[in-house]
Amino acid sequence: MQKAVPFTGEQRADHLLSAEMVAPGSRVLDVGCGDGALLKLLAETKGVDGRGVELSREKVNMCVKSGLSVIQGDADRDLADYPDQAFDYAVLSLTIQATRDPKTVLENLLRIGRFAIVSFPNFGHWRVRAALLLTGRMPVTPNLPEPWYATADAHLCTIKDFVDLVSLVDAEVEAAVAFNSKGQRRPSKNSLSLQNLLGEKAVFKLKRRT
Amino acid sequence: MGSPTAVSAGQDHQKDRPEGEPRRSEVLSPSSPVVVFPEDAPLKLESGQLLAPLSIAYETYGTLNAAKSNAILICHALTGDQYAASVHPVTGKPGWWERLIGPGKPIDTDRFFVICPNILGGCMGSTGPASLNPRTGKPYGLDFPVITIGDMVDAQVRLIDHLGIDELFSVVGGSMGGMQVLEWTARQKTRVATAIPIAAAPWHSAQNIAFHEVGRQAVMADPDWRNGSYYEHGVVPKNGLSVARMAAHITYLSEKALQGKFGRNLQDRAARSFSFDADFKIESYLRHQGSTFVDRFDANSYLYITRAMDYFDLEAAHGGKLANAFLGTRTQFCVVSFTSDWLYPTRDSKAIVNALNAVAANVSFVEIESDKGHDAFLLEEPEFHATVRGFLTAAAVKRGLA
Repeated sequence: MQKAVPFTGEQRADHLLSAEMVAPGSRVLDVGCGDGALLKLLAETKGVDGRGVELSREKVNMCVKSGLSVIQGDADRDLADYPDQAFDYAVLSLTIQATRDPKTVLENLLRIGRFAIVSFPNFGHWRVRAALLLTGRMPVTPNLPEPWYATADAHLCTIKDFVDLVSLVDAEVEAAVAFNSKGQRRPSKNSLSLQNLLGEKAVFKLKRRT
Repeated sequence: MGSPTAVSAGQDHQKDRPEGEPRRSEVLSPSSPVVVFPEDAPLKLESGQLLAPLSIAYETYGTLNAAKSNAILICHALTGDQYAASVHPVTGKPGWWERLIGPGKPIDTDRFFVICPNILGGCMGSTGPASLNPRTGKPYGLDFPVITIGDMVDAQVRLIDHLGIDELFSVVGGSMGGMQVLEWTARQKTRVATAIPIAAAPWHSAQNIAFHEVGRQAVMADPDWRNGSYYEHGVVPKNGLSVARMAAHITYLSEKALQGKFGRNLQDRAARSFSFDADFKIESYLRHQGSTFVDRFDANSYLYITRAMDYFDLEAAHGGKLANAFLGTRTQFCVVSFTSDWLYPTRDSKAIVNALNAVAANVSFVEIESDKGHDAFLLEEPEFHATVRGFLTAAAVKRGLA
């Protein structure tokens, strides 16, 4: 007998922090779910009813083979087909910067889920700022390792930029965590400017303003 | 209402068979089990006509558990039959889905009870145009009513009722079988736990209707067709049906597969013969496909089943909105398509997925990379098989089907 394979690998920091924001037993849509690591984590630790959307055919097949409900699709193109408030949470992990139209994607997430959980690499981190200032070239850092001509990240932003977009789409921040590559929170005090300077990545829990 | 009669399999039909006509006897008394719903329990067809008596011939594999919760219904395609995982009584060939169904296989008969009925309109023991019309005592021919995919499903519902199964663990089928899967989930919302429509579409496209019309006209142009009453004249419209099969067969493959398998290679000869013989391997292959098909399939069945497929439009049947077909569904879906399938292309499967998303249904969707065309669902495709296995296994574990 073949069983659904439990997830045993190293957990990604953004996944662990996102999972903390999810209530047990809720319904989650993970957009850009990759190999399904977050969905498995949420199913095992929170008893979540999860669904995924993933662009890569290979990864979709891996997910379905392991018993996850995942469809092949694209955040830019396929979110429009989901009905309003179909999920408690719509999650987009480290992907928004690679979408064609981040604003529409974010609006769709906030429409499909009661909450949206979005993580992204922070272009405001001091190492990025320093690289641009000192070299005069597009920053290549451990967090953003691809050169400008090879990266899929067409819409990089800072934490402050992201907060502006959140207000623009008429949403509000429920929780925000900035963290480094080890998943350590930076800084612990809730100062946006410090988060923007010291966080390599950030996870935001958002909801629509009513 | 009279109760249905189950006729057991394994009776010796061989001695009743006229020489060279094994197929005819499979129509009237199939080698598989058959359940007969009597005259006073007619099937109401979408056309409004009533059909009785109704025979449904079917094969089963594996064992139904005590809770009757491990049943999987297999829906066959246009020219398929109930012998999905058993030897075909006419051709002697292995079942058409033995790659998928069997002990330890993706549809594991050690765990599941698999039921595969011959469809309504078929010619392997279920009621169809070759069956005897009770009013005349002769084969129906064109007096058989035009049927739909929905009618096929309603007939299968009778069989599932007869077997005492409330909820099917899964309904699985490719091509026209996939259309039946969709009708099952639309018509029987509480009775289908999981569904796998493979290489299917929510409607038949103009191109697909066009190919079918070519096939039907080929059959009807054969003088031996005799307006559908060829049975009484001791002839079979072999040439017409064979041409129909040849044309259809091209649509089941991909250009790449044809080129790779046959190219411009010649058949058993060193040079062109400057005649209309089957010089090319591909010609010889198609002729072989055509001639073997007529030995096992009824020409009128081909007309009626292709018509049913043409009429299939799940969107039109639900007020022009496909999502309405799935409103309130609790079924867990796994939609599968193949990259090189141009007959039921991926975009048709995506239309199904989008409609399911629109009602927040539980759906997985996988497009399998394959150069084998539409026929890929019948062939060796390890990724596809792994998907079916994984999806069914996970759903079975979730539902406590050890």
